[in-house]
Amino acid sequence: MEPVVHLRGTVALLGRFPALAGIDLDVLRGEIVLLRGPNGAGKTTLLRVLAGLVPPVRGEARVLGHSLPAEARAVRRRVGLLGHATALFEELTAADNVGFWGRACRASTDEIEAALGLVGLDGRLRDVAVSRLSAGQRRRTSLACLLARRPELWLLDEPHAGLDNDARDLLDGLVRQAVDQGATVVLSSHELDRAQALAHREVGLAGGITTPPTRIARDTAPGANGPDGLARGKAGPAPGVADRVGAAGPAAGRSEHETTPDGSDGVSEVPYVA
Amino acid sequence: MWRDAALVAGRDLRVEARSRVTLQQVGPFALLVLILFAFALDPARQTLERATPGLYWVTVLFSALLALARSAALDETDGVRDALRLSALEPAGVFAGKALAVAAELLALELVLGIGVIILYGAEPAGIGLLVATCVSATAAIAATGTLYGALVSGLRVRETLLPLLLLPVLAPVLLGATRAFEAALGGAPADGWPWCGLLAAFAVLYSVAGAAAYGTLLEGS
Repeated sequence: MEPVVHLRGTVALLGRFPALAGIDLDVLRGEIVLLRGPNGAGKTTLLRVLAGLVPPVRGEARVLGHSLPAEARAVRRRVGLLGHATALFEELTAADNVGFWGRACRASTDEIEAALGLVGLDGRLRDVAVSRLSAGQRRRTSLACLLARRPELWLLDEPHAGLDNDARDLLDGLVRQAVDQGATVVLSSHELDRAQALAHREVGLAGGITTPPTRIARDTAPGANGPDGLARGKAGPAPGVADRVGAAGPAAGRSEHETTPDGSDGVSEVPYVA
Repeated sequence: MWRDAALVAGRDLRVEARSRVTLQQVGPFALLVLILFAFALDPARQTLERATPGLYWVTVLFSALLALARSAALDETDGVRDALRLSALEPAGVFAGKALAVAAELLALELVLGIGVIILYGAEPAGIGLLVATCVSATAAIAATGTLYGALVSGLRVRETLLPLLLLPVLAPVLLGATRAFEAALGGAPADGWPWCGLLAAFAVLYSVAGAAAYGTLLEGS
């Protein structure tokens, strides 16, 4: 099976600065991969390369079967990027914003309404102007925009930032639900406890190159959580979230072993590039 | 493409309706310019009447700069440009939608300014068909050119000052053609104005096609 993400020696520039200096990375369908590293390590640039927004200038880069940068437009239509910027129009309501971005991605009215409901914006908040929403509510609105487009590859840049605990639980539940439905997730986060609980494996980045990955302790047994045999992480969905989003069920077993969809040890997936 | 254009135009017009910038700032600015011209030229009433078409279109052009800068700024903020690139919207549709929204705002503004010159300058409307055709053609030309140049300067720190500097010389033929067509209509010789109106229409078509073709590249490059 072809990986959803396949990078070999990928170099990308920000201006004339090589923000990625030769990345090797494979991500299989259904995986949740955590990118970790200090500020300036290249996490955001890597996510933008995977979204088709920053063109790689050297090396091999394939996302969802499409070669980058040649087929960037085809990639963009199939990925969803939740970045630092919310891409919301202050004067419009939450429903207007989700409606616009949803229709811009060919989502139906039902899909847009469902997305609003999933993030808890189906009540009075849906008709409140974004300028009057809190930072967390704006983040939820952005998340609804992402849900409406139903991406195959989720790219989450600091997704937990600015969210309260309930919203973080909601987000984690939505990510797990998406993975259950066949999506793949690459995320970066400085909130390691929560992100590690969510991820199947992690990839270290420093100075624009991958570093030796760290093993993640697991509370799940291989094959315990889904038909595809994916481990789901030790943090289950918060009370109420499972009902709302249909998140993955509780872990059936406990293990300290790392798994990936192909059943191999996930930490060995990424070779060390020095 | 037209579906995308309708979506983007609807968004831009909705943002304008909610923010009321056009209603509360651009409109009053345009009327203020008309009034200042009237103050400056009132002692020579004949000069004012003779200069009415030119003053009208200069005022429209200055006001259009505000509307165009605002339209371009809408897609500048907070990751909107990246989101547009990630969407399934056709770049030509985005261009058409933005230009249509600006054109709608300008047409409303021109109607208000038309009433303004009748009241303030004593202009007597004549050759209504030519006046309307000139307004539509010139507005389409201004909106298409301005939207294209707005995308061209997007991402630059000096875009607010650079846009008028680039746009005004390019729009000089529009100012000339629209003024001449209005002079012909108001002077009771509309037949003399139609060639100018044709020039405006050709200008509008040229920049609409160029904008639709180039907008995707500009969206990528900014």
